[in-house]
Amino acid sequence: MKEIKFYKVAIFINALVPLALVGWDWLHGRLGADPLNFVTRTTGTLTLVFLMLTLAVTPARKITGVQWLIRFRRMLGLYAFFYGFLHFTAYVWFDKFFNLRAAAEDVWRRPFIIVGLTSFFLMVPLAITSTNGMIKRLGGKRWQRLHKLVYLTAIGGVLHFYLLVKSDTRRPVIFGAILAVLLGYRLYVAYSSKLKAKPLSLTQTAPPR
Amino acid sequence: MVIKKAGDIKSSEITDRKTYLNRRQFMRGATLAGSVVATGFLYRQLLAPEPVLPTPTGKVAPDAQAAPKQWGLPGEEATPYQDITHYNNFYEFATDKYSVARTSQSLVTRPWTVSVEGLVNNPKVYDLDELLKLAPQEDRIYRHRCVEGWSMVIPWLGFSLSEVLKRAEPQGNARFVAFETVNDKKRNIPLTDALDWPYVEGLRLDEAMHPLATLASGIYGEALLPQNGAPIRLVLPWKYGYKSIKSVVRIKLVERMPPMTWNLAEPTLYGFYSNVNPKFAHRLRDQTAERRIGEYGKRETQMFNGYGDEVAQLYAGMDLNYYF
Ligand code: HEM
Repeated sequence: MKEIKFYKVAIFINALVPLALVGWDWLHGRLGADPLNFVTRTTGTLTLVFLMLTLAVTPARKITGVQWLIRFRRMLGLYAFFYGFLHFTAYVWFDKFFNLRAAAEDVWRRPFIIVGLTSFFLMVPLAITSTNGMIKRLGGKRWQRLHKLVYLTAIGGVLHFYLLVKSDTRRPVIFGAILAVLLGYRLYVAYSSKLKAKPLSLTQTAPPR
Repeated sequence: MVIKKAGDIKSSEITDRKTYLNRRQFMRGATLAGSVVATGFLYRQLLAPEPVLPTPTGKVAPDAQAAPKQWGLPGEEATPYQDITHYNNFYEFATDKYSVARTSQSLVTRPWTVSVEGLVNNPKVYDLDELLKLAPQEDRIYRHRCVEGWSMVIPWLGFSLSEVLKRAEPQGNARFVAFETVNDKKRNIPLTDALDWPYVEGLRLDEAMHPLATLASGIYGEALLPQNGAPIRLVLPWKYGYKSIKSVVRIKLVERMPPMTWNLAEPTLYGFYSNVNPKFAHRLRDQTAERRIGEYGKRETQMFNGYGDEVAQLYAGMDLNYYF
Protein backbone atom coordinates (compact mmCIF):
# COMPACT_ATOMS: atom_id res chain seq x y z
CA MET A 1 0.00 0.00 0.00
CA LYS A 2 1.27 3.42 -1.01
CA GLU A 3 0.37 5.10 2.29
CA ILE A 4 2.49 2.69 4.36
CA LYS A 5 5.45 3.40 2.15
CA PHE A 6 4.99 7.08 2.82
CA TYR A 7 4.74 6.54 6.59
CA LYS A 8 7.93 4.53 6.44
CA VAL A 9 9.70 7.41 4.74
CA ALA A 10 8.27 9.82 7.33
CA ILE A 11 9.51 7.68 10.24
CA PHE A 12 12.88 7.21 8.58
CA ILE A 13 13.31 10.98 8.29
CA ASN A 14 11.98 11.76 11.76
CA ALA A 15 14.36 9.29 13.35
CA LEU A 16 17.26 11.23 11.87
CA VAL A 17 16.04 14.58 13.22
CA PRO A 18 17.79 14.32 16.63
CA LEU A 19 21.04 13.35 14.93
CA ALA A 20 20.74 16.27 12.52
CA LEU A 21 20.09 18.68 15.39
CA VAL A 22 23.06 17.35 17.37
CA GLY A 23 25.20 17.97 14.29
CA TRP A 24 23.72 21.42 13.74
CA ASP A 25 24.23 22.43 17.38
CA TRP A 26 27.76 21.09 17.29
CA LEU A 27 28.63 23.21 14.25
CA HIS A 28 27.25 26.25 16.05
CA GLY A 29 29.02 25.53 19.33
CA ARG A 30 25.78 24.94 21.20
CA LEU A 31 26.51 21.60 22.80
CA GLY A 32 27.73 23.16 26.03
CA ALA A 33 31.14 23.06 27.65
CA ASP A 34 31.87 19.39 26.92
CA PRO A 35 30.45 18.57 23.47
CA LEU A 36 32.02 15.12 23.25
CA ASN A 37 30.50 13.97 26.52
CA PHE A 38 27.19 15.43 25.41
CA VAL A 39 27.27 13.41 22.17
CA THR A 40 28.15 10.26 24.11
CA ARG A 41 25.27 10.69 26.52
CA THR A 42 22.71 11.81 23.98
CA THR A 43 23.31 8.91 21.59
CA GLY A 44 22.89 6.63 24.63
CA THR A 45 19.54 8.17 25.49
CA LEU A 46 18.41 7.89 21.85
CA THR A 47 19.34 4.20 21.83
CA LEU A 48 17.07 3.67 24.79
CA VAL A 49 14.27 5.76 23.25
CA PHE A 50 14.29 3.67 20.06
CA LEU A 51 14.39 0.44 22.05
CA MET A 52 11.25 1.59 23.86
CA LEU A 53 9.56 2.58 20.59
CA THR A 54 10.40 -0.81 19.08
CA LEU A 55 8.94 -2.61 22.06
CA ALA A 56 5.82 -0.41 21.95
CA VAL A 57 4.83 -1.60 18.46
CA THR A 58 3.29 -4.93 19.43
CA PRO A 59 1.22 -3.63 22.36
CA ALA A 60 0.05 -0.69 20.23
CA ARG A 61 -0.94 -3.03 17.41
CA LYS A 62 -2.85 -5.39 19.69
CA ILE A 63 -4.64 -2.64 21.57
CA THR A 64 -5.64 -0.55 18.56
CA GLY A 65 -6.11 -3.45 16.17
CA VAL A 66 -4.13 -1.54 13.54
CA GLN A 67 -2.24 -4.51 12.14
CA TRP A 68 0.09 -2.67 9.77
CA LEU A 69 1.91 -0.96 12.64
CA ILE A 70 4.08 -4.08 12.62
CA ARG A 71 5.54 -2.91 9.31
CA PHE A 72 7.47 -0.14 11.14
CA ARG A 73 9.03 -2.34 13.79
CA ARG A 74 12.10 -3.44 11.89
CA MET A 75 13.06 0.14 11.06
CA LEU A 76 12.65 1.28 14.66
CA GLY A 77 14.75 -1.63 15.86
CA LEU A 78 17.47 -0.89 13.34
CA TYR A 79 17.49 2.72 14.47
CA ALA A 80 18.03 1.54 18.06
CA PHE A 81 21.01 -0.41 16.78
CA PHE A 82 22.20 2.58 14.72
CA TYR A 83 22.17 4.94 17.70
CA GLY A 84 23.67 2.21 19.87
CA PHE A 85 26.49 1.90 17.37
CA LEU A 86 27.06 5.67 17.42
CA HIS A 87 27.02 5.60 21.24
CA PHE A 88 29.55 2.78 21.34
CA THR A 89 31.72 4.56 18.76
CA ALA A 90 31.51 7.82 20.74
CA TYR A 91 32.76 5.94 23.78
CA VAL A 92 35.66 4.21 22.04
CA TRP A 93 36.61 7.36 20.16
CA PHE A 94 35.83 10.41 22.30
CA ASP A 95 36.21 8.79 25.70
CA LYS A 96 39.09 6.38 25.12
CA PHE A 97 40.66 7.63 21.87
CA PHE A 98 41.00 4.02 20.65
CA ASN A 99 43.25 3.25 23.61
CA LEU A 100 42.13 -0.36 23.94
CA ARG A 101 44.09 -0.98 27.12
CA ALA A 102 42.38 1.91 28.86
CA ALA A 103 39.03 0.70 27.50
CA ALA A 104 39.64 -2.85 28.74
CA GLU A 105 40.52 -1.52 32.17
CA ASP A 106 37.38 0.58 32.16
CA VAL A 107 35.24 -2.44 31.27
CA TRP A 108 36.85 -4.47 34.00
CA ARG A 109 36.48 -1.78 36.67
CA ARG A 110 33.05 -0.33 35.92
CA PRO A 111 29.92 -2.46 36.08
CA PHE A 112 27.89 0.06 34.09
CA ILE A 113 30.24 -0.34 31.12
CA ILE A 114 30.04 -4.16 31.24
CA VAL A 115 26.26 -3.99 31.30
CA GLY A 116 26.19 -1.47 28.42
CA LEU A 117 28.55 -3.58 26.32
CA THR A 118 26.52 -6.72 26.88
CA SER A 119 23.32 -4.95 25.90
CA PHE A 120 24.90 -3.58 22.76
CA PHE A 121 26.47 -6.86 21.64
CA LEU A 122 23.15 -8.65 22.15
CA MET A 123 21.72 -6.32 19.50
CA VAL A 124 24.30 -7.32 16.88
CA PRO A 125 22.78 -10.72 15.94
CA LEU A 126 19.35 -9.11 15.83
CA ALA A 127 20.51 -6.47 13.37
CA ILE A 128 22.24 -9.10 11.21
CA THR A 129 19.14 -11.31 11.07
CA SER A 130 16.75 -8.45 10.38
CA THR A 131 16.51 -9.02 6.61
CA ASN A 132 13.67 -10.93 4.92
CA GLY A 133 16.16 -13.47 3.61
CA MET A 134 17.43 -14.15 7.13
CA ILE A 135 13.91 -14.52 8.49
CA LYS A 136 13.22 -17.15 5.81
CA ARG A 137 16.48 -18.91 6.40
CA LEU A 138 15.95 -19.12 10.16
CA GLY A 139 12.26 -19.88 9.94
CA GLY A 140 9.66 -17.74 11.70
CA LYS A 141 9.66 -19.63 15.01
CA ARG A 142 13.41 -19.63 15.48
CA TRP A 143 13.69 -16.04 14.32
CA GLN A 144 11.12 -14.98 16.86
CA ARG A 145 12.80 -16.85 19.65
CA LEU A 146 16.15 -15.25 18.77
CA HIS A 147 14.64 -11.79 18.69
CA LYS A 148 13.34 -12.16 22.21
CA LEU A 149 16.92 -11.10 23.09
CA VAL A 150 15.75 -7.54 22.61
CA TYR A 151 14.05 -7.80 26.02
CA LEU A 152 17.46 -8.42 27.61
CA THR A 153 18.99 -5.53 25.68
CA ALA A 154 16.30 -3.16 26.91
CA ILE A 155 16.56 -4.35 30.52
CA GLY A 156 20.35 -4.07 30.33
CA GLY A 157 20.11 -0.59 28.80
CA VAL A 158 17.95 0.66 31.65
CA LEU A 159 20.22 -1.00 34.23
CA HIS A 160 23.29 0.60 32.56
CA PHE A 161 21.61 4.01 32.86
CA TYR A 162 20.62 3.38 36.48
CA LEU A 163 24.15 2.34 37.43
CA LEU A 164 25.86 5.33 35.86
CA VAL A 165 23.92 8.22 37.39
CA LYS A 166 25.41 9.78 40.50
CA SER A 167 22.41 10.31 42.73
CA ASP A 168 19.48 11.60 40.68
CA THR A 169 17.83 8.38 39.50
CA ARG A 170 14.70 9.96 38.05
CA ARG A 171 15.47 9.47 34.35
CA PRO A 172 16.54 5.82 34.51
CA VAL A 173 13.55 5.11 36.76
CA ILE A 174 11.18 6.67 34.21
CA PHE A 175 12.65 4.48 31.45
CA GLY A 176 12.39 1.51 33.80
CA ALA A 177 8.71 2.23 34.40
CA ILE A 178 7.98 2.46 30.68
CA LEU A 179 9.83 -0.79 30.09
CA ALA A 180 7.92 -2.45 32.92
CA VAL A 181 4.63 -1.49 31.28
CA LEU A 182 5.74 -2.73 27.85
CA LEU A 183 7.03 -6.07 29.16
CA GLY A 184 4.22 -6.37 31.70
CA TYR A 185 1.68 -6.11 28.89
CA ARG A 186 3.27 -9.10 27.17
CA LEU A 187 3.18 -11.15 30.36
CA TYR A 188 -0.44 -10.17 30.86
CA VAL A 189 -1.38 -11.23 27.33
CA ALA A 190 0.43 -14.54 27.64
CA TYR A 191 -1.16 -15.21 31.04
CA SER A 192 -4.69 -14.21 30.10
CA SER A 193 -4.67 -16.27 26.90
CA LYS A 194 -3.80 -19.28 29.04
CA LEU A 195 -6.73 -18.48 31.32
CA LYS A 196 -9.03 -18.17 28.33
CA ALA A 197 -7.87 -21.50 26.97
CA LYS A 198 -9.06 -23.34 30.08
CA PRO A 199 -12.78 -22.57 30.18
CA LEU A 200 -12.88 -23.29 26.46
CA SER A 201 -11.57 -26.81 26.90
CA LEU A 202 -13.93 -27.33 29.84
CA THR A 203 -17.00 -26.56 27.77
CA GLN A 204 -15.74 -28.91 25.13
CA THR A 205 -15.21 -31.89 27.43
CA ALA A 206 -18.22 -31.34 29.63
CA PRO A 207 -21.09 -33.56 28.48
CA PRO A 208 -24.12 -31.66 27.33
CA ARG A 209 -26.31 -31.86 30.44
CA MET B 1 -21.55 0.09 -28.66
CA VAL B 2 -20.28 3.61 -28.28
CA ILE B 3 -16.59 4.01 -28.20
CA LYS B 4 -15.59 7.29 -26.63
CA LYS B 5 -13.01 9.25 -28.49
CA ALA B 6 -10.35 11.01 -26.52
CA GLY B 7 -12.15 14.28 -27.00
CA ASP B 8 -15.24 12.92 -25.26
CA ILE B 9 -13.57 12.70 -21.84
CA LYS B 10 -14.76 15.63 -19.84
CA SER B 11 -11.98 17.98 -18.95
CA SER B 12 -13.40 18.28 -15.41
CA GLU B 13 -12.59 14.61 -14.80
CA ILE B 14 -8.91 15.24 -15.46
CA THR B 15 -8.83 18.27 -13.21
CA ASP B 16 -10.47 16.27 -10.47
CA ARG B 17 -7.79 13.65 -10.52
CA LYS B 18 -5.12 16.31 -10.53
CA THR B 19 -6.63 18.10 -7.56
CA TYR B 20 -6.90 14.79 -5.81
CA LEU B 21 -3.24 14.07 -6.41
CA ASN B 22 -2.28 17.58 -5.42
CA ARG B 23 -4.26 17.32 -2.24
CA ARG B 24 -2.58 14.05 -1.39
CA GLN B 25 0.84 15.48 -2.09
CA PHE B 26 -0.02 18.46 0.02
CA MET B 27 -1.23 16.33 2.94
CA ARG B 28 1.92 14.23 2.77
CA GLY B 29 4.10 17.31 2.72
CA ALA B 30 2.23 18.75 5.68
CA THR B 31 2.45 15.48 7.64
CA LEU B 32 6.14 15.24 6.99
CA ALA B 33 6.90 18.86 7.85
CA GLY B 34 4.65 18.80 10.91
CA SER B 35 6.13 15.60 12.29
CA VAL B 36 9.70 16.77 11.71
CA VAL B 37 8.98 20.01 13.57
CA ALA B 38 7.33 18.08 16.40
CA THR B 39 10.26 15.66 16.69
CA GLY B 40 12.70 18.56 16.64
CA PHE B 41 10.70 20.31 19.34
CA LEU B 42 10.67 17.18 21.50
CA TYR B 43 14.43 16.81 21.11
CA ARG B 44 14.98 20.45 22.04
CA GLN B 45 12.73 20.19 25.09
CA LEU B 46 13.96 16.86 26.42
CA LEU B 47 17.56 16.33 25.39
CA ALA B 48 19.35 19.40 24.01
CA PRO B 49 21.50 21.50 26.37
CA GLU B 50 19.92 24.73 27.52
CA PRO B 51 20.84 27.83 25.58
CA VAL B 52 23.49 29.96 27.30
CA LEU B 53 22.11 32.91 29.25
CA PRO B 54 23.73 36.32 29.24
CA THR B 55 25.23 36.92 32.70
CA PRO B 56 22.85 38.91 34.89
CA THR B 57 25.14 41.88 35.23
CA GLY B 58 25.01 42.14 31.45
CA LYS B 59 28.75 42.01 31.10
CA VAL B 60 30.76 38.90 30.48
CA ALA B 61 33.93 39.57 32.45
CA PRO B 62 35.81 41.75 29.98
CA ASP B 63 39.20 40.52 31.07
CA ALA B 64 38.15 36.95 30.56
CA GLN B 65 37.06 37.69 27.02
CA ALA B 66 40.14 39.67 26.14
CA ALA B 67 42.96 37.46 27.21
CA PRO B 68 42.24 33.96 28.51
CA LYS B 69 45.89 33.10 27.90
CA GLN B 70 47.06 35.83 30.19
CA TRP B 71 45.05 34.21 32.98
CA GLY B 72 46.30 30.68 32.42
CA LEU B 73 49.00 28.55 33.97
CA PRO B 74 52.22 27.75 32.09
CA GLY B 75 51.05 25.64 29.14
CA GLU B 76 47.44 25.64 30.31
CA GLU B 77 44.99 28.33 29.25
CA ALA B 78 42.31 29.48 31.63
CA THR B 79 38.84 28.08 30.89
CA PRO B 80 36.50 30.59 29.19
CA TYR B 81 34.21 32.44 31.57
CA GLN B 82 31.14 31.24 29.69
CA ASP B 83 32.02 27.57 30.30
CA ILE B 84 32.87 28.20 33.97
CA THR B 85 29.47 29.82 34.46
CA HIS B 86 27.36 27.38 32.39
CA TYR B 87 28.62 23.92 33.31
CA ASN B 88 27.96 23.57 37.01
CA ASN B 89 27.23 20.92 39.56
CA PHE B 90 25.09 22.51 42.25
CA TYR B 91 22.52 19.87 43.19
CA GLU B 92 20.43 22.15 45.38
CA PHE B 93 19.33 23.86 42.16
CA ALA B 94 19.39 21.15 39.49
CA THR B 95 21.12 17.87 38.78
CA ASP B 96 22.11 18.60 35.20
CA LYS B 97 25.03 20.88 34.64
CA TYR B 98 23.44 22.99 31.90
CA SER B 99 20.46 24.30 33.85
CA VAL B 100 22.11 25.42 37.09
CA ALA B 101 22.97 28.80 35.54
CA ARG B 102 19.23 29.43 34.99
CA THR B 103 17.77 27.84 38.12
CA SER B 104 20.21 29.60 40.45
CA GLN B 105 19.81 33.13 39.09
CA SER B 106 17.47 34.36 41.81
CA LEU B 107 19.53 33.12 44.78
CA VAL B 108 19.43 35.85 47.40
CA THR B 109 23.01 36.52 48.46
CA ARG B 110 22.50 39.72 50.47
CA PRO B 111 22.46 40.08 53.40
CA TRP B 112 24.81 37.16 54.07
CA THR B 113 26.55 36.03 57.19
CA VAL B 114 29.11 33.33 57.86
CA SER B 115 29.26 31.93 61.36
CA VAL B 116 32.64 30.74 62.63
CA GLU B 117 31.95 28.64 65.71
CA GLY B 118 32.62 25.47 67.68
CA LEU B 119 35.89 24.77 69.47
CA VAL B 120 37.36 28.27 69.10
CA ASN B 121 38.25 31.04 71.51
CA ASN B 122 36.78 33.75 69.28
CA PRO B 123 33.52 32.59 67.74
CA LYS B 124 32.10 35.24 65.42
CA VAL B 125 29.26 35.76 62.98
CA TYR B 126 30.80 37.68 60.10
CA ASP B 127 28.85 39.94 57.87
CA LEU B 128 29.98 39.18 54.32
CA ASP B 129 31.56 42.60 53.68
CA GLU B 130 33.55 42.34 56.86
CA LEU B 131 34.71 38.82 55.99
CA LEU B 132 35.86 39.85 52.52
CA LYS B 133 38.10 42.51 54.04
CA LEU B 134 39.91 40.18 56.45
CA ALA B 135 42.85 39.83 54.05
CA PRO B 136 43.85 41.14 50.64
CA GLN B 137 41.98 39.44 47.76
CA GLU B 138 44.40 37.69 45.39
CA ASP B 139 44.01 36.22 41.89
CA ARG B 140 44.63 32.50 42.38
CA ILE B 141 44.67 30.39 39.23
CA TYR B 142 44.02 26.72 40.03
CA ARG B 143 43.11 23.53 38.23
CA HIS B 144 39.67 22.22 39.17
CA ARG B 145 39.06 18.47 38.73
CA CYS B 146 35.56 17.00 38.89
CA VAL B 147 35.19 13.33 39.81
CA GLU B 148 33.04 12.94 36.66
CA GLY B 149 36.21 13.22 34.58
CA TRP B 150 36.37 16.82 33.40
CA SER B 151 38.54 19.72 34.55
CA MET B 152 38.94 23.46 34.22
CA VAL B 153 41.56 26.12 34.96
CA ILE B 154 39.86 28.80 37.03
CA PRO B 155 41.22 32.23 37.99
CA TRP B 156 39.69 32.59 41.44
CA LEU B 157 39.68 35.69 43.56
CA GLY B 158 40.20 35.04 47.25
CA PHE B 159 42.50 34.45 50.19
CA SER B 160 43.53 31.53 52.37
CA LEU B 161 40.94 30.01 54.69
CA SER B 162 43.63 30.05 57.38
CA GLU B 163 43.16 33.84 57.69
CA VAL B 164 39.71 33.19 59.14
CA LEU B 165 40.69 30.18 61.23
CA LYS B 166 43.72 31.93 62.79
CA ARG B 167 41.54 34.80 63.99
CA ALA B 168 39.08 32.35 65.52
CA GLU B 169 41.87 30.72 67.55
CA PRO B 170 41.06 26.99 67.44
CA GLN B 171 41.22 25.27 70.83
CA GLY B 172 43.59 22.40 71.54
CA ASN B 173 41.02 19.65 70.97
CA ALA B 174 39.81 21.03 67.61
CA ARG B 175 40.97 18.51 64.98
CA PHE B 176 38.49 18.96 62.12
CA VAL B 177 36.58 21.76 60.43
CA ALA B 178 32.95 21.28 59.31
CA PHE B 179 31.34 23.41 56.60
CA GLU B 180 27.73 23.98 55.66
CA THR B 181 26.02 25.38 52.54
CA VAL B 182 23.00 27.65 52.76
CA ASN B 183 19.69 25.74 52.57
CA ASP B 184 17.17 28.45 53.34
CA LYS B 185 14.27 28.10 50.88
CA LYS B 186 13.43 31.77 51.37
CA ARG B 187 16.58 32.56 49.46
CA ASN B 188 15.04 30.97 46.35
CA ILE B 189 16.78 27.61 46.49
CA PRO B 190 14.57 24.87 45.04
CA LEU B 191 16.40 22.13 47.02
CA THR B 192 15.94 19.16 44.69
CA ASP B 193 15.56 15.83 46.46
CA ALA B 194 18.75 14.41 44.96
CA LEU B 195 20.65 14.60 48.25
CA ASP B 196 19.98 15.44 51.91
CA TRP B 197 20.38 19.12 52.72
CA PRO B 198 22.12 21.13 53.93
CA TYR B 199 25.18 20.15 51.94
CA VAL B 200 27.96 19.54 54.43
CA GLU B 201 31.69 19.02 54.03
CA GLY B 202 34.73 18.65 56.22
CA LEU B 203 38.51 18.88 56.39
CA ARG B 204 41.19 17.92 58.84
CA LEU B 205 42.37 21.09 60.62
CA ASP B 206 45.85 20.88 59.07
CA GLU B 207 44.31 20.59 55.58
CA ALA B 208 42.11 23.59 56.28
CA MET B 209 45.12 25.60 57.49
CA HIS B 210 47.08 24.84 54.29
CA PRO B 211 47.68 28.01 52.26
CA LEU B 212 46.17 26.40 49.11
CA ALA B 213 42.82 26.03 50.89
CA THR B 214 41.13 29.14 49.58
CA LEU B 215 38.04 31.09 50.51
CA ALA B 216 36.98 32.49 47.13
CA SER B 217 34.53 35.27 46.35
CA GLY B 218 35.23 35.87 42.66
CA ILE B 219 36.29 34.51 39.26
CA TYR B 220 38.21 36.49 36.62
CA GLY B 221 38.11 39.46 38.99
CA GLU B 222 34.27 39.48 39.04
CA ALA B 223 32.08 38.63 42.02
CA LEU B 224 30.96 34.97 42.04
CA LEU B 225 27.69 34.19 40.27
CA PRO B 226 25.18 31.99 42.13
CA GLN B 227 26.00 28.92 40.01
CA ASN B 228 29.63 29.13 41.11
CA GLY B 229 28.79 29.35 44.82
CA ALA B 230 28.06 33.03 45.47
CA PRO B 231 28.80 34.88 47.53
CA ILE B 232 31.60 32.88 49.15
CA ARG B 233 32.90 29.33 48.78
CA LEU B 234 35.80 27.04 49.44
CA VAL B 235 38.38 26.07 46.79
CA LEU B 236 40.58 23.01 47.41
CA PRO B 237 42.46 22.50 44.16
CA TRP B 238 44.06 19.17 45.13
CA LYS B 239 40.72 17.53 45.92
CA TYR B 240 37.72 16.55 43.77
CA GLY B 241 35.34 19.41 43.07
CA TYR B 242 32.60 18.32 45.46
CA LYS B 243 34.90 19.00 48.43
CA SER B 244 35.02 22.71 47.48
CA ILE B 245 31.75 23.57 49.19
CA LYS B 246 29.71 26.45 47.77
CA SER B 247 27.69 29.31 49.29
CA VAL B 248 29.08 28.73 52.79
CA VAL B 249 27.14 29.90 55.86
CA ARG B 250 28.83 27.97 58.68
CA ILE B 251 32.38 27.02 59.58
CA LYS B 252 32.59 24.94 62.73
CA LEU B 253 35.65 23.54 64.48
CA VAL B 254 35.03 20.10 65.92
CA GLU B 255 36.83 17.23 67.57
CA ARG B 256 35.56 14.28 65.48
CA MET B 257 35.54 13.73 61.73
CA PRO B 258 32.45 15.57 60.48
CA PRO B 259 29.99 14.06 57.97
CA MET B 260 30.10 14.98 54.27
CA THR B 261 27.08 14.87 52.00
CA TRP B 262 28.40 12.71 49.14
CA ASN B 263 29.96 10.26 51.56
CA LEU B 264 26.60 9.83 53.28
CA ALA B 265 24.96 9.19 49.90
CA GLU B 266 27.58 6.76 48.50
CA PRO B 267 30.17 5.79 51.14
CA THR B 268 32.13 3.48 48.82
CA LEU B 269 32.56 6.14 46.11
CA TYR B 270 33.25 9.36 47.99
CA GLY B 271 35.66 9.21 50.91
CA PHE B 272 36.38 11.90 53.49
CA TYR B 273 39.72 12.84 51.93
CA SER B 274 38.75 12.67 48.24
CA ASN B 275 42.17 13.74 47.04
CA VAL B 276 42.49 13.65 43.27
CA ASN B 277 44.08 10.26 42.68
CA PRO B 278 44.52 8.65 39.25
CA LYS B 279 45.26 5.29 40.90
CA PHE B 280 41.96 5.08 42.73
CA ALA B 281 39.67 2.55 41.00
CA HIS B 282 36.46 4.54 41.15
CA ARG B 283 33.43 2.40 40.30
CA LEU B 284 31.58 5.10 38.35
CA ARG B 285 34.12 7.13 36.40
CA ASP B 286 37.64 6.68 35.12
CA GLN B 287 40.08 8.70 37.25
CA THR B 288 43.22 8.12 35.18
CA ALA B 289 42.40 10.81 32.60
CA GLU B 290 40.30 13.93 32.31
CA ARG B 291 38.84 16.17 29.63
CA ARG B 292 39.96 19.75 30.05
CA ILE B 293 36.92 21.82 29.14
CA GLY B 294 37.58 23.49 25.80
CA GLU B 295 39.89 20.71 24.59
CA TYR B 296 38.97 17.61 22.59
CA GLY B 297 41.58 15.14 23.71
CA LYS B 298 42.18 13.96 27.24
CA ARG B 299 44.92 14.80 29.71
CA GLU B 300 46.40 12.38 32.20
CA THR B 301 45.17 13.13 35.68
CA GLN B 302 47.96 13.98 38.10
CA MET B 303 48.22 12.86 41.71
CA PHE B 304 46.79 15.60 43.97
CA ASN B 305 45.75 17.30 40.71
CA GLY B 306 49.38 18.39 40.26
CA TYR B 307 49.69 19.98 43.71
CA GLY B 308 51.69 17.13 45.25
CA ASP B 309 54.73 19.30 46.01
CA GLU B 310 52.57 21.50 48.19
CA VAL B 311 50.22 19.04 49.87
CA ALA B 312 51.70 15.52 49.77
CA GLN B 313 53.33 15.96 53.19
CA LEU B 314 49.86 16.30 54.74
CA TYR B 315 49.31 12.62 53.97
CA ALA B 316 52.77 11.20 54.67
CA GLY B 317 52.54 7.54 55.66
CA MET B 318 48.85 7.20 54.80
CA ASP B 319 47.57 4.57 52.35
CA LEU B 320 45.55 6.82 50.06
CA ASN B 321 43.69 3.90 48.51
CA TYR B 322 42.36 3.11 51.96
CA TYR B 323 41.86 6.72 53.02
CA PHE B 324 40.35 7.74 49.70
C1 HEM C 1 21.93 -0.96 24.42
C2 HEM C 1 23.00 -0.36 24.71
C3 HEM C 1 23.14 0.94 25.46
C4 HEM C 1 22.18 1.81 25.91
C5 HEM C 1 20.67 1.70 25.76
C6 HEM C 1 22.86 2.90 26.56
C7 HEM C 1 22.23 3.99 27.13
C8 HEM C 1 22.87 5.02 27.77
C9 HEM C 1 22.21 6.11 28.44
C10 HEM C 1 20.71 6.30 28.51
C11 HEM C 1 23.18 6.91 28.97
C12 HEM C 1 22.98 8.15 29.83
C13 HEM C 1 22.68 9.38 29.11
C14 HEM C 1 22.62 10.57 30.04
O1 HEM C 1 23.29 10.57 31.07
O2 HEM C 1 21.91 11.49 29.69
C15 HEM C 1 24.44 6.34 28.63
C16 HEM C 1 25.67 6.88 28.98
C17 HEM C 1 26.86 6.28 28.75
N1 HEM C 1 27.07 5.04 28.17
FE1 HEM C 1 25.65 3.86 27.35
N2 HEM C 1 24.21 2.68 26.53
C18 HEM C 1 24.42 1.49 25.86
C19 HEM C 1 25.63 0.90 25.59
C20 HEM C 1 26.85 1.42 25.97
C21 HEM C 1 28.14 0.85 25.62
C22 HEM C 1 28.35 -0.38 24.74
C23 HEM C 1 29.09 1.66 26.20
C24 HEM C 1 30.58 1.54 26.18
C25 HEM C 1 31.28 0.52 25.98
C26 HEM C 1 28.41 2.71 26.90
C27 HEM C 1 29.04 3.72 27.61
C28 HEM C 1 28.42 4.82 28.13
C29 HEM C 1 29.11 5.94 28.71
C30 HEM C 1 30.62 6.10 28.86
C31 HEM C 1 28.13 6.86 29.09
C32 HEM C 1 28.32 8.26 29.64
C33 HEM C 1 28.79 8.40 31.01
C34 HEM C 1 29.14 9.85 31.29
O3 HEM C 1 28.26 10.72 31.28
O4 HEM C 1 30.32 10.11 31.49
N3 HEM C 1 27.06 2.54 26.74
N4 HEM C 1 24.24 5.17 27.91
